[in-house]
Amino acid sequence: MTSGRILVDGIDIRELTQEKLRAKIGLVPQKAVLFTGTVAENISFGTNDLPRDKIIRAAKIAQASDFISTLKQGYDAQIAQGGTNVSGGQKQQLSIARALAKHPEIYIFDDSFSALDFKTESKLRQALKKETEKDTVLIIAQRVTTIMDADRIMVLDGGRMVGMGTHQDLMKTCEVYREIVASQLSEEEWI
Amino acid sequence: MSEKDLKPARPMMGFGRGPGSHNTIGRPIEKAKDFKGTLRRLLTYLKPHRVKFIIIFLATVVSTVFNIISPKVMGQAITKLFEGFLMKMKGLPNAAIDFKYIFNIILILIGIYVVSAIFNYIQQYIMADVAQKTVYEMRKDINAKLSRLPLKYFDGRTHGEILSRVTNDVDVISTTLQQSLTQLITSVVTLVGIVVMMLTISPMLTLIAFVTLPLSFLATKVIAQQSQKFFARQQKYLGQLSGQVEEMYTGHKIVKVFNYEKQSIDKFNKVNDQLYDAGWKAQFISGMIMPLMTAIGNLSYVVIAILGGIAVIRGKVTIGNIQAFIQYSREFSHPIVQTSNIANIIQSTIAAAERVFEVLDEAEQIPDQKDLLHLDQPKGDVKFEHIKFAYSKGKILIEDINIDVKKGQTIAIVGPIGAGKTTLVNLLMRFYEVNQGKITVDGIDIRDMERGKLRSLFGMVLQDTWLFKGSIKENIAYGREKATEEEIIQAAQVAYADHFIRTLPEGYDTILNEEANNISQGQKQLLTIARAILANPPILILDEATSSVDTRTEIYIQKAMLALMKGRTSFVIAHRLSTIRDADLILVMNQGSIIEKGTHQELLKQYGFYADLYNSQFVGLNLKEKVS
Repeated sequence: MTSGRILVDGIDIRELTQEKLRAKIGLVPQKAVLFTGTVAENISFGTNDLPRDKIIRAAKIAQASDFISTLKQGYDAQIAQGGTNVSGGQKQQLSIARALAKHPEIYIFDDSFSALDFKTESKLRQALKKETEKDTVLIIAQRVTTIMDADRIMVLDGGRMVGMGTHQDLMKTCEVYREIVASQLSEEEWI
Repeated sequence: MSEKDLKPARPMMGFGRGPGSHNTIGRPIEKAKDFKGTLRRLLTYLKPHRVKFIIIFLATVVSTVFNIISPKVMGQAITKLFEGFLMKMKGLPNAAIDFKYIFNIILILIGIYVVSAIFNYIQQYIMADVAQKTVYEMRKDINAKLSRLPLKYFDGRTHGEILSRVTNDVDVISTTLQQSLTQLITSVVTLVGIVVMMLTISPMLTLIAFVTLPLSFLATKVIAQQSQKFFARQQKYLGQLSGQVEEMYTGHKIVKVFNYEKQSIDKFNKVNDQLYDAGWKAQFISGMIMPLMTAIGNLSYVVIAILGGIAVIRGKVTIGNIQAFIQYSREFSHPIVQTSNIANIIQSTIAAAERVFEVLDEAEQIPDQKDLLHLDQPKGDVKFEHIKFAYSKGKILIEDINIDVKKGQTIAIVGPIGAGKTTLVNLLMRFYEVNQGKITVDGIDIRDMERGKLRSLFGMVLQDTWLFKGSIKENIAYGREKATEEEIIQAAQVAYADHFIRTLPEGYDTILNEEANNISQGQKQLLTIARAILANPPILILDEATSSVDTRTEIYIQKAMLALMKGRTSFVIAHRLSTIRDADLILVMNQGSIIEKGTHQELLKQYGFYADLYNSQFVGLNLKEKVS
């Protein structure tokens, strides 16, 4: 950072070890990355010896359990290098399950629902809401519908923050936000 | 619920293919499935060059024979030298070394070497010509074939696989023709020639030279078998290692966030150890072959030298001949090794040729018929009549679909990701053929039209924009030859692209690079829309998905798309509710087939998949219009 500081639980993140800081964070990146190994190993990635029921629970919340159960070896099915043998949506689901299995304090979803269809996404969002009630969730999204009901929405434009607030606040105060909404929803869907 | 297997992981980084791998001792060899058939077919490619092959063969034989004779001729000079020297030693009168004779022999030798070199050159020259012409023909055939293959072929294979057949495999054939074939002739002729020469000098010594042969064969075979095991292991671990490294780098962020570094390093070290172990063993064992062969060779050398020496002393053989014999016996294991080497190369060449022929044998698309109909002034009425379609037998995707689209209507195709929305596009453009029923444009069956003409009726704006290296002007004009500058700018204006193009330093002459990453994703889409507007097709295929486009460009894209759709029949892979709602017909697709069709209102009343999909999008939000 050039100047300023980021605090997590009141502590400057530069004063935390990388390991400790990262242990607090569950990241779901824009481009889902899977690794060679079984489905279960991918979900419990980085968390040694996670019991099977916890893996299954994470998969269920991530809406991945349906497709996993269609696999012959289920949670022991092999994922090829780079996850080339599962679809883009399934990759995202597994990558979300991986973050959930870690049980972090802070979730970061970096445009992580883009390969999911609307139906799966809404189911997932509902399940996530319940699961992450006590946790901090950062969602980076393109679809307005993904973030409309967030506690706080931050609008960025060209590297600057141009608005912060709830959907209703921003509709009143933020021109850029209104533009985004207008481009994605027709007028009667505005609230 | 149907259970399925995940496809096994593809092996990484195979080596042992390509022209770089021409040393095959102790390494696993690729084998062709049908060696004879493929060889025969490869020979048909060589057939037009029959005469040249005969010349090559003769030139090789002459060049080699002259090469083989030279030691024996040189032996004569040595004999003469030795005789003269011996006489001097004995102190005989008039004892002198016959330098004139020796000088003559040297002249003859020079002549032999020159002739051999000339013929060798002739052989190389013609062979290069034949090899290059043959692979030229082959490449031409493959290229022609690829343009006749249906899209189905390309959809089922990775680009790398097809590319490897066109480049790598053809390259292997080329290298083999160029080098290995003449090497094979040389080796065989040399072997025969040397044996003949050795026999003329001394049958007894020849026998001794032969005794050690089986010994070296056996040694080579045993060691090669051992080393092959380790080479295979080395290849396996190398694949694992590069896979692991690639994976950890592509997933670098994830590895760090999930604190996986230590485990990753452990895993790397483990595989690295295994690779080291297999690697040094493979190299060590295969490295033993040459010294061992030399040792065995030396063994026979010693015996030959001693027995030969005795024979010379007894005056049974001249010293020059023994010297020549030793030279022969040292050389003659070389063509044997080379021949077995070349045999392996030929095997992998035939395997490469087989892969090339596999491409050439693929089923082609149905050729266009003659006297085809074409539309002078296409309107854009499209009709699907009793369409039945399946990508593969037994898995019917579309059954008895009837759609009647009038000029200027909009058809929205909706469904979850991977629902097979592109299937319809594939059928319309005749990338795939319908199994039953027919598709008509302005009443004409699309099978009665030339493919090129049919496809020119369509304009496509897809999410994956396709732009090529060239100026923006050229990229827009791609849809229509001979478009004037004015027309290009006009099209760009309608497509809301004019403004951003003018802000670029070079304007319309800005060169897009190969990945076209010097303009944004959204701007690329605007360019493809401008291209479609300029081409002015009666029917459009649009993909609305606009992820990773900033909001302002997104608004331009929407406006541009609306301008483009005006008055044209449009098939839209729709993501925007407004497009879907305003469409004249909505086709709902799931798992590859059309499961519902109708207008927005009709479909909502069905309370089916569409109603579900529509509602789910706004679950949890206070939506004004909600179907309950």
